[in-house]
Amino acid sequence: MTGLIEADGLIKRFGKTIALDGLDLTIPTGQITALLGPNGAGKTTLIRTIATLLQPDAGSVRVLGHDVVEQSRTVRRLIGLAGQSAAVERALTGMENLVMVARLYGARHRQAERAAEAMLQTLDLGDAADRPVRTYSGGMRRRLDLGASLVGRPSVLLLDEPTTGLDPGSRSDMWDAIRGLGQGGTDILLTTQYLDEADQLAARIVIVDSGRVIADGSPAELKTRAGLDRLEIRVHSPADLEAAVALIGPFGVGPPELDPATRRASVACPDSLRTLPAVAGAITEARLDVEDLTLRRPTLDEVFLTLTGRRSRTEAASSEATRLESHELEGIVR
Amino acid sequence: MTAVVSTIGVLDEPHENRGASFLIATSIMAGRTLKKIIRSPQLLVAGTAQGVMFLLIFRYIFGGAVGHLGAMSYVDFVAPGFVVTSGLFSAMSGATGIAEDLQDGLVDRLRSLPVPSMSIIWGRVAADTLFAIWGLAVTTAVSFAVGLRLHGSVAGGLEAFGVASLAAFAFCWLFVTLGFFAGSAQAAQSLAFVVFPLTFVSSAYVPISTMPEWMQSFASRQPITLLVNTARILTEGHAATTALGHGAGYYFPAALVWVCAVVVVCGPLARWRLRRS
Repeated sequence: MTGLIEADGLIKRFGKTIALDGLDLTIPTGQITALLGPNGAGKTTLIRTIATLLQPDAGSVRVLGHDVVEQSRTVRRLIGLAGQSAAVERALTGMENLVMVARLYGARHRQAERAAEAMLQTLDLGDAADRPVRTYSGGMRRRLDLGASLVGRPSVLLLDEPTTGLDPGSRSDMWDAIRGLGQGGTDILLTTQYLDEADQLAARIVIVDSGRVIADGSPAELKTRAGLDRLEIRVHSPADLEAAVALIGPFGVGPPELDPATRRASVACPDSLRTLPAVAGAITEARLDVEDLTLRRPTLDEVFLTLTGRRSRTEAASSEATRLESHELEGIVR
Repeated sequence: MTAVVSTIGVLDEPHENRGASFLIATSIMAGRTLKKIIRSPQLLVAGTAQGVMFLLIFRYIFGGAVGHLGAMSYVDFVAPGFVVTSGLFSAMSGATGIAEDLQDGLVDRLRSLPVPSMSIIWGRVAADTLFAIWGLAVTTAVSFAVGLRLHGSVAGGLEAFGVASLAAFAFCWLFVTLGFFAGSAQAAQSLAFVVFPLTFVSSAYVPISTMPEWMQSFASRQPITLLVNTARILTEGHAATTALGHGAGYYFPAALVWVCAVVVVCGPLARWRLRRS
């Protein structure tokens, strides 16, 4: 069976920066796939290469069996792309924008108008159809942009950080739209910086860092590998942090992490729900002045730490100090 | 947008699109750019009025100081200069336009569609050229209103307008290509300063015989001089030939070489840059 996207040894350099470093990837059809990674991981470069906008320096990518360099026109017939910014013409109305894109996909005028109208209704932009896009809100523009990538009913939808910069309400609207499309049979590849978003939308998550795939699997598989829920305590006084670390340490696996700035200590916890009452008991016993006790999903940064043994590049600098202190404290815990 | 989940199934099944042909894609993209210009008062006014404003300033403020040039009145001398250079002023917005489209991701969207990539460039050039021709038509009309008279034939006048349009086409290619290399809309805007040395160090507004000799050697060979002098001879006939020292047979082929050279150089450059944007 032909995969949706097959990348082989993909290399792309920009000057001295290596954006893709021999990336291999096979994505099957019939699902939503999320590319998860920090800024600068190579997600956008990969999406732009798949969308025929960039030519790789080495290696190859095929979309439904068609090479993006050799058969770029065929690939463009199959894909719809929505990039990081709302790529719509502000001087035109919403309707005019979608009619333009539909016609460029090859639809005749009447056909393009019908498709544009249906798309505007679907995206709840029917009332704004004849207003210039410059009067739209940020969320409306992003929705129109999604509509533009969909109006040709492409077989493969490529979404580069579809919710970056949206307020929480618009974000959940966008999630609904993406889920609906997935259920309607469109194959979707999206990029995101948020584990939460990938978990919400995708059947498969591909974690990318420094231009390579470092992990690949269903959300459940990745969670099992990377992590475990985090048990976290927030204390009132910084002086209690050491005591907090000593307290939660035995309940978790691996070294506890702590963040003096927010007075939090956390540890990965294998059987979190059953452990919680015991932790609560221990807190009471120790008479520790705790502001907050939480169980939470690991952040992308923590997943990285578990999978790669190091922090993602963007987080590395800011967390250096914290990590040093946590190493010092490990001694205390033991 | 809760309606999305329930209505999304109404859409057609995913399918392979044919993609628009080069001509249709070019006309769709040109249509979009023209609509944008017409709906943006600042673009419309700047592109249309700049040439007219300069014409009026030179005609009434500097014109008196220059006086007659041989058998030609100053307005007859300078009007063809402003008609040709107003095409240049209108073309300038193309650089900012392309730089904006690159910045906004619109070029990425268009390149991801199944259309020939050159239609993105040709669409922009076609729209800018039509807008520039509108600008030079306005400048022509105002020129007649402030005293320009044809001393050659009407056909010559129309040919002069044709030469000015051809010049506008080359200027549009130049600025669209500069827009691809500018990097940002602000940078593209500052590029527009190249027009000042190009227009002033030419025969467009004053005879080059009054300039220092080293400047003359540039001014007499550069494309604006060749284009303006061609238009001048076509509108003013014998008086212009005498004043300029050469006939249309000298200026026109040289001007045409410049126009072709700009298009031949800019076309592949813009295309190269588009593919690496």
